Amino acid sequence: MLKVEETQPVEFSSALLAKFDEIVKRYPEGKQKSALLPLLHLVQAEFGWTSVPAMDKVAEYLNIQPIEVYEVASFYTMYFLQPKGKYVLEVCRTGPCCLVGAEKIMDHIEKKLGVKEGEVTEDGLFSWRGVECLAACGFGPVLQIGPEYTFYENLTEQSVDQLIDDLRKK
Amino acid sequence: MARKLLLEHINVPGINTLAVYREKGGYRAVEKALKTLTPEEIVEEVKKSGLRGRGGAGFPTGMKWSFLAKPEGVPRYLVCNGDESEPGTFKDRYLMTHIPHALIEGMIVSSFALGANTSYIYVRGEMMPQIRILERAIEEAKAAGWLGKNILGTGYDLELYVQPGGGAYICGEETALLESLEGKRGNPRIKPPFPAIAGLYGCPTVVNNVESIAAVVPIINDGGDEYAKIGIGRSTGTKLISASGNLVKPGVYEIELGLPVEEFIYSDEYCGGIANGKRLKATVAGGSSVPVLPANLTLKYANGDPRLMSYESLSEGGFATGTMMGSGGFIAFDEDQCMVRNTWNFARFYHHESCGQCSPCREGTGWMEKILHKLEHGHGTSADIDLLWDVQRKIEGNTICPLGDAAAWPVASAIRHFRDEFEWHVKEPMKSQSTNYGLANYANPIEKVVVAEEK
Repeated sequence: MLKVEETQPVEFSSALLAKFDEIVKRYPEGKQKSALLPLLHLVQAEFGWTSVPAMDKVAEYLNIQPIEVYEVASFYTMYFLQPKGKYVLEVCRTGPCCLVGAEKIMDHIEKKLGVKEGEVTEDGLFSWRGVECLAACGFGPVLQIGPEYTFYENLTEQSVDQLIDDLRKK
Repeated sequence: MARKLLLEHINVPGINTLAVYREKGGYRAVEKALKTLTPEEIVEEVKKSGLRGRGGAGFPTGMKWSFLAKPEGVPRYLVCNGDESEPGTFKDRYLMTHIPHALIEGMIVSSFALGANTSYIYVRGEMMPQIRILERAIEEAKAAGWLGKNILGTGYDLELYVQPGGGAYICGEETALLESLEGKRGNPRIKPPFPAIAGLYGCPTVVNNVESIAAVVPIINDGGDEYAKIGIGRSTGTKLISASGNLVKPGVYEIELGLPVEEFIYSDEYCGGIANGKRLKATVAGGSSVPVLPANLTLKYANGDPRLMSYESLSEGGFATGTMMGSGGFIAFDEDQCMVRNTWNFARFYHHESCGQCSPCREGTGWMEKILHKLEHGHGTSADIDLLWDVQRKIEGNTICPLGDAAAWPVASAIRHFRDEFEWHVKEPMKSQSTNYGLANYANPIEKVVVAEEK
């Protein structure tokens, strides 16, 4: 769902806009809307989520209507329409990973972080959620952490503990 | 040892770099294609090879190429489908991670064959590391003159870009992928027109899977006829199989099509058998969308003949006793796995991933998930099993794209082969929460049928 009340204005840095310019060049004249998905990834990497004011700015940059951005951001699962923790642990919850213990890993993460799926820990550091197949079925259970989307494979309760502790120390 | 065409050099240190890839014979296909072959001759070689689309549908790649419209003055596009999201499939990620130049080389040859001067590799957004690997490889290739203007002095220009997706299974469907590449929601288009006539930006477009494009390289190097000698019947060449689930050695294997399924599961060269000394209960042979089979029908046909890893052999017996090759996502279930729970898991997946355009799929997948949730959690009735059957039947064939079918088939096949396990969940609601139904008779050997000679 769109969180429209969140109206904190955002500014795009010149470095970010330079990246936008590079991406738009990939498409033919007049087809700049093709840059929408990559641009939203860049916005999310910068701000941690895609807020309405940020999406409005993307629309303005691409010379398209804001609704064209909202409908895309809300269709694809990778764009966060609400603020999340600094690290979002996304655990694969689909068939093959469940055969090798993904559900137990999710239960463990919930206990370890003390928050339910989708919520943010008090220190603002962590969120977690189950996601659908991450195409790493032979190395399950797996989780990924954006915005780099680093993969952690063959998870055990111990390796998850270690990962969370390491991230806390960062 | 079986022949390897795609993964031959996978373990060579530095094979992800242009220098090492070149040392191992990389980019020979580009030289050969651009300098000595016409686009038509390349299409002909691919046709002769018998290569079938490796993304799941298995449509002959050369034929798909020959359908491409070529109106004057209109650009044509090649788009590589790297949206790999089919549960059980992870071969494209593997290929792109370890040998990115194999895909790029294939893209150059294929783009030349199709007359495309701008091509895109659409990679699912979650694969950001792979996107960076590909972008780095493209930079390397461009700096060395394999991409860009006037490649090898032949006058052929090609720009290659990597496009990230946004996390949507549906974008693996080729017209949804094109919508997504145009910056829209991934809603599949009504066909016709097919992309070969009106694809990206309304221009003629070919969409091919990562593995299909990479397979063009050995086809050009060795010739289509040589490629066609590998394999069995109309299943030519090698295929990457993603093996997952309860196996000793899950992973990506390149097989020669025609390998017996039994050998693939149990031999040490491949999966090495079922993990933890358990027994095989069932398999999904080609990614979550294809019918699930009990162990006995996985290894043998209903008549007792051995089943092979090929398009024809896996589908032998139709949906009654067979399955499909799909994208080669081979998932093994051991005796402790619950078929109801797994079917519920898959149904949830399809409900989550339905784009919502067609009501049979949008509503039906939700119904299936709910009914299966009920059954799995001990609240189901036997009427629910019949209702589930009814719902899946009404989705199949009634949607714009194959996601509807893909959602219906796992449910239909689970009921077809494991109905007793569903009924056990109804009859023993409490017990089903704490124990599993077990192996039952799903692994009982199928005896070879011997037809008595007429006297």
